[in-house]
Formats: sequence, structure tokens, C-alpha cells
Amino acid sequence: MEIFNSLATVSFYGVLVGILAVAILTVTTRNLFHAAIFLAFTLLGVAVVYFFLQAEFLAGVQILIYVGAIMTLVIFAIMLTSKIGDPNVPQSNRQRYPALILILAFAVFLISTILKTSWNTTETLQTTDAIRLGKALMGEFVFPFEVVSLVLLIALIGAIVVARSDQ
Amino acid sequence: MSIPLNHLLIFTSLLFLTGLYGALTRRNAVGILIAIEIMLNAVNINFVAFTSSLKNTSPELGQVFAIFVIVLAATTAAVGLAIVVAIYRNQKTIYTDEIDLLKW
Repeated sequence: MEIFNSLATVSFYGVLVGILAVAILTVTTRNLFHAAIFLAFTLLGVAVVYFFLQAEFLAGVQILIYVGAIMTLVIFAIMLTSKIGDPNVPQSNRQRYPALILILAFAVFLISTILKTSWNTTETLQTTDAIRLGKALMGEFVFPFEVVSLVLLIALIGAIVVARSDQ
Repeated sequence: MSIPLNHLLIFTSLLFLTGLYGALTRRNAVGILIAIEIMLNAVNINFVAFTSSLKNTSPELGQVFAIFVIVLAATTAAVGLAIVVAIYRNQKTIYTDEIDLLKW
């Protein structure tokens, strides 16, 4: 059992490093279509992190909605708009080095703060299942649930109205 | 195995900052939307990690909030990409520094 435990730990940190590497590729690659594919792998990796945190329902939702639906939308938009493969068009603006400096400073600040704080953690991971999640959605959080469903409906109708052609 | 909260928080900070870098430096509007999706994912992991490993919280709380964030990310993607398609139809460009209709 000890070997399974250490194997799980190693694969967990491997997944974290892999997600970061793929995410950096997503934001730096020149070809936008490749960026979308890398984004799909980032989102799949996040689903794996949810599995490690024993949030299985959320991992399923992540794969269905992000990798299934949002990725399709993004790839459609790339196909409809960009002229892929023109290497003369610069893909990043002139803010690259100021942004990098700002982000490095922010990273140092965040990480030092996280390491300094003493978190009041439990010994074992608290878990939940889909049944309790559904009861929470329909009980305690029923008002935000209804509001968010209305927001989704209105946003989708608005997206159709904005994107359709006038003819 | 137990997952230390520290390590997960550092990971999500780095993931968020990666997305922030993309959102700040991309010229392409679709690229900016992709970077925003990365940032939202980092925040979602934080929600789940906090509520499943801190005392005095129920794990349902964070997962319900993560579901709400996923729904709002879907609306962001739908509306944002519709706006991008509309801008492309009118202006023939989706590079954000070339869309300067409201500047003089």
C-alpha cells in the first residue's frame, strides 16, 4: 500500500507540473488553433485535479461543459475569424515585458503570503457526493441556482442575437 | 495520500498568473477569452481545495460555487465569442489594438 501512496503523490505533482506547462504553451503559442488544443488539455488536467480532490461530480461537469461545450465554441470562433498561419502578424502586443515583471512580482507576493499563513486544515480530505451536492443546490442555494439559470438563458439568447447576420 | 493545501494554492496562483499574462499580452480577442478561461479554472480549483481541506466548512459550499462559476464561464464564452464574431463581420479584424472605433 505504501508504494501506491507514493505513486499517487508522484503522479499528482506530475499532473500539476504538466498543467502549468500546457497552460504556458496555451498563452504563448503563436497559432491560435494550437492554443485552443492546449487549452483543452489544460481543462482535462484540471478535471484530473478534481479527481485527486475527490470531487468526482465536478470533474464530470468540467469535462462535459468545458472540454465538450466551451472548447467547441472557442474552436468555432477561431475558424470563423482568424486567418491562421500568417507568421507576419504579431500575436502579442508591446506589453509583454511589463506584464512579465508585474506577474513575477505578484507571484512572489502571493507565494510568500501563502507560505506564511498557517492554514487551519483538517487531517483528511472532506468529501461530498452528487446526492448531497444536489440537495445543497435545491435547498440552501436554490435562489442563486435559479438566478444563474436565468442568466445563462438570457446570455445564450443575447449571444444568438449579437452573432446572427442582419439579413 | 494527503494533498497539502499550500502546494495546491501555489499551483493555482501560478495557473492564475499564467492566464493573466495571456490576457494582458494577447492581441487576438479569442486568445484573451482563452486566457480568461484559464484564470476561471484556477479560481475553481481554489474553491474546491479550500472547502475540502479547511475546518468549519462544508465541501458542498465550494463545489456549488465552482458549478456556478462554470456556468458563468459558459455564458462569458458564448457572449464574448458572439461579440468577437460580430466585430469581425463589421471591422474585418479581431486584433484588439486595431479595434479603435470608439477612440478618436
